[in-house]
Amino acid sequence: MEIVYLLVPLSVVLALLIIGIFAWALKSGQFEDLEREGQRIFEDRASGPIDPDQD
Amino acid sequence: MAATAQALGGGTAGAGASSAHTAGTQAVTYNDTVVRNFALAAVLWGVVGMLVGVWIAAQLAWPQLNFDLPWLHFGRLRPLHTNAVIFAFGGCALFATSYYVVQRTCQVPLFAPKLASFTFWGWQAVIVAAAISLPLGFTTGKEYAELEWPIDILITLVWVAYAVVFFGTIGVRRVKHIYVANWFYGGFILAVALLHVVNSAEVPAGFMKSYSAYAGVQDAMVQWWYGHNAVGFFLTAGFLGMMYYFIPKQAGRPVYSYRLSIVHFWALIFTYMWAGPHHLHYTALPDWAQSVGMLFSLILLAPSWGGMINGIMTLSGAWHKLRTDPILKFLIVALSFYGMSTFEGPMMSIKTVNALSHYTDWTIGHVHSGALGWVGLITMGSLYYLIPRMYGKTEMFSVQAITLHFWIATIGIVLYIAAMWIAGVMQGLMWRAVNPDGTLTYTFVESVKATYPFYVIRVLGGLLYLSGMLLMGWNVVMTAITPARASAAAIPAAARA
Repeated sequence: MEIVYLLVPLSVVLALLIIGIFAWALKSGQFEDLEREGQRIFEDRASGPIDPDQD
Repeated sequence: MAATAQALGGGTAGAGASSAHTAGTQAVTYNDTVVRNFALAAVLWGVVGMLVGVWIAAQLAWPQLNFDLPWLHFGRLRPLHTNAVIFAFGGCALFATSYYVVQRTCQVPLFAPKLASFTFWGWQAVIVAAAISLPLGFTTGKEYAELEWPIDILITLVWVAYAVVFFGTIGVRRVKHIYVANWFYGGFILAVALLHVVNSAEVPAGFMKSYSAYAGVQDAMVQWWYGHNAVGFFLTAGFLGMMYYFIPKQAGRPVYSYRLSIVHFWALIFTYMWAGPHHLHYTALPDWAQSVGMLFSLILLAPSWGGMINGIMTLSGAWHKLRTDPILKFLIVALSFYGMSTFEGPMMSIKTVNALSHYTDWTIGHVHSGALGWVGLITMGSLYYLIPRMYGKTEMFSVQAITLHFWIATIGIVLYIAAMWIAGVMQGLMWRAVNPDGTLTYTFVESVKATYPFYVIRVLGGLLYLSGMLLMGWNVVMTAITPARASAAAIPAAARA
């Protein structure tokens, strides 16, 4: 099972990377106003006939 | 298919080559040519992949259907089926929807549109290379990663280009917040890149021949670390991206709990990576590794069901829409199958259950409840939303045909998975039955004979599912060739000017 010497460090690095990205998202204010962000996909002013998302 | 080919070939043919709208004072013209091409390709490859699936299902019931030709042998067509439905049908749908969603949620056109176009043609080249090389017998023998090294290199190039286009678009976004669907798509793109590079590490031994860089149980461990994460990231995370955009849009209301969707994302990507060893229960893999795989598989139930409930509850207060809207039927029933198979999966990963289920057709049933039920239905629902918008329309040519497709597909899935459940449990029980003197009660071939009726029922289920896909193909062609309403056609020219 020498393969664990590759897979375990690989997954640890990956977990650290994920934590890093999460920390960035937290610090840069990605999660500041979550209720509003769920609504935003409806504000995309693409209500013209060619992209009639609002119909 | 002539109309499809024409639509694929002509870059600017049709009204939906690009769609325009104004964001504040600036006009945004989305790059939808590549979105439309991928969407049409997904429908085409869906028909092809499912046809091959029905064919090999029929071969299991009537083996003479291979006509004694090596190119039509089950062992060669089976990887062709899996590659076609996962990477051609599913892959093209993921490209199409991710490009569609990332532009609209970031309110910018695609970053590097030429590179985006390269991802389309490059991915089609991969698919065609697979469709030729697999029946000819070129294979690495690694499940879901059968393609030989030159094709692996092309996949890597296309994937890097995909990542540049997708993350580049997020990089130049006009909206500060990155919508949750993009997190799922982004996680899928990064994880698949890593999985592909590690698992496909191989030593070439001539053109179209290679040996894995790993050997024995090491190779098996890497293979199923890849194999299960292909399910987790390709077939789950990517399609959850679709779910989090197209369900709210089609339902006309935001996702039930946006906060929960964020928790869903982070919990899912943290736990998925180590579930792979459950594919190797009772093998040469050390027991502790098998137990770790089982444990993580059981933990996965929590985020999976959190996301499933979050998606379904989006309809809370608007359940009546399910009665009339066939696209919502597709999307919500897809989530029900997602819930079912993410419950079934952890159960099957428990070693004692696995002792019964492993190597039986129950596994095939489980995979198809996820593939036909979750991946297939969520894709069809999303494409039914997306494709008319590529042609400046609000809905498909025939909404009734969507309803019909929904019922044909659902009945097909139920026939398929019920047949495989019964067959699988029966096989498991027959194989483990022993006489008082310790000898086996049944020979293997007796279990094959007992399975025959269920193989026939499966062909029927598959045929229904394929017919639904053909109906969709017809509906898409009709949507593409029917002119848009006059008012709709006039606006984009004005908006572009």
